[in-house]
Amino acid sequence: MDHRPQAWGRPRDDVYGAYDASYLQTSGPKNATQSPVVTGTSVIALKFKDGVVMAADNLASYGSLARFTDVKRLRVFLDSSIIGFGGDVSDMQYLDRHLNELAIDEAYDNDPSTVPSDGTSPPGTLNAANLHKYLQKLMYKRRNDFDPLWNQLLVAGLDADAKPYLASIDLRGTTFTSPTLATGFGSALAQPIMRRYASTEEQAASRTREEAIEVAKECMKVLYYRDARSLDRYSIAVVTKEGVELKQDELLERQSWAFAERIRGYGTQTV
Amino acid sequence: MFRNNYDNDSVTFSPQGRIFQVEYAAEAVKQGSVVVGIASKTHVVLVAIKRNAEELSSYQKKLFQIDEHVGIAIAGLTSDARVLSNFMKQQCLGHRLTYGRNMPVRSLVDMIGSKAQINTQHYGKRPYGVGLLVAGADENGPHLFEFQPSGMTEEMVAFAIGARSQMARTYLEKNLDAFANCGREELVRHGLKALKESLVQDKELTVENTSVAIVGVAKAKDGTTKTEPFKVFDGQDVNAWIESVADDKEPAAGEGEGMDVDDA
Repeated sequence: MDHRPQAWGRPRDDVYGAYDASYLQTSGPKNATQSPVVTGTSVIALKFKDGVVMAADNLASYGSLARFTDVKRLRVFLDSSIIGFGGDVSDMQYLDRHLNELAIDEAYDNDPSTVPSDGTSPPGTLNAANLHKYLQKLMYKRRNDFDPLWNQLLVAGLDADAKPYLASIDLRGTTFTSPTLATGFGSALAQPIMRRYASTEEQAASRTREEAIEVAKECMKVLYYRDARSLDRYSIAVVTKEGVELKQDELLERQSWAFAERIRGYGTQTV
Repeated sequence: MFRNNYDNDSVTFSPQGRIFQVEYAAEAVKQGSVVVGIASKTHVVLVAIKRNAEELSSYQKKLFQIDEHVGIAIAGLTSDARVLSNFMKQQCLGHRLTYGRNMPVRSLVDMIGSKAQINTQHYGKRPYGVGLLVAGADENGPHLFEFQPSGMTEEMVAFAIGARSQMARTYLEKNLDAFANCGREELVRHGLKALKESLVQDKELTVENTSVAIVGVAKAKDGTTKTEPFKVFDGQDVNAWIESVADDKEPAAGEGEGMDVDDA
């Protein structure tokens, strides 16, 4: 008789023969995403006095391969907020479909008679702050399921007091806010440039739309120079009280690669 | 002998096309003491008559806060109202947690409407025996909704449910046009006047039996609108309002207790 605790409650091998393990599942436990596959790089965003500017390039990389060159990584929510996606592109597409459903549900709740004719959202619809809170709960829930959505998100728009709103969420559900934000490489390459433009809320509140767009374009250029997972085609969006203006096929202007001549230490040069 | 065969459950139609259980539930609402709600452009007020089961007991509450910006007035079975009230509190809190905002009043009312309707279409279930007036203020301004055990919900300018509420409704219909531009205090007075209409002879509004609740939107100094949270007023807090609607030609007080014909 086998008295080992492991054998308690099991059919006895000496009576029924050895257990046929082939009935057990061989697939093993569920394997959630362990690392992103097709990825988007930086998203950058900065506040100005009337709203927020956000930009991201149109590249989806497969490892170091520039695999898809027309992937739009900024999306508009209810004509009043913008969301920028860094990280895994399939998870971005999942979130995009999820947000479409949320937008439809929200539209059902609205009385058509209260919808303004200028295309802006009626009072009481989800604003950027509400959307950010919702996405934070979603991301944190997924991390607690040990199946995170492998993205870092920037959410921009207006809050309940119609003030410019900008905040970030990562794959762990961590959130923070700042007058300027960047994901991925942008946090190292673009943030210093954007902080020169506005390092405090007060400074951001004194900046104009044109200044903000100019800085965003400059940052996209620097990112293209120095981030090997970037592209010269990018999307840029501006959100204000009047709604969202989104351009999805912009090309970097006035590039100068003169500095590249002076780079030494790797590559084919011999000096 | 003359038993009604079609009122045993809420899934069977009578040959006349009626669902008796639902109608009985509507009767339960009429047994409850009267509650009145009125909405203006800036506020909603709920006023109610509280009843005490016996002279020695306290008065049963009629007005309840659900969330910062919503409250209800109940008429009918208090225990059923408790279930709905807890559900509404949960929904409001859940919404606040996931979206960081006040739940839109219409979505909340739609949810209890759906919940109550399900009870009228399943064997072994019964409708809620309570009617509600839901008062709230959201980003679309103040709202007043009526809820019935059938699951019917409707937005109202002013309404009254409960015992003898027809008298109150008649008053409300007569003064309908005045409500939209009423201030806070004036709205309460209209509510109390409507309430008085539905009182039985020899009964009057007292600080013991009268409840008032107010919710609304208030303009802040910088021009933005803020919610004036739902607040219930009882006891001495309603004294000034009661006095302000005191009848000049007060009928001679009768013998009082035990004389009430319809204390419902």
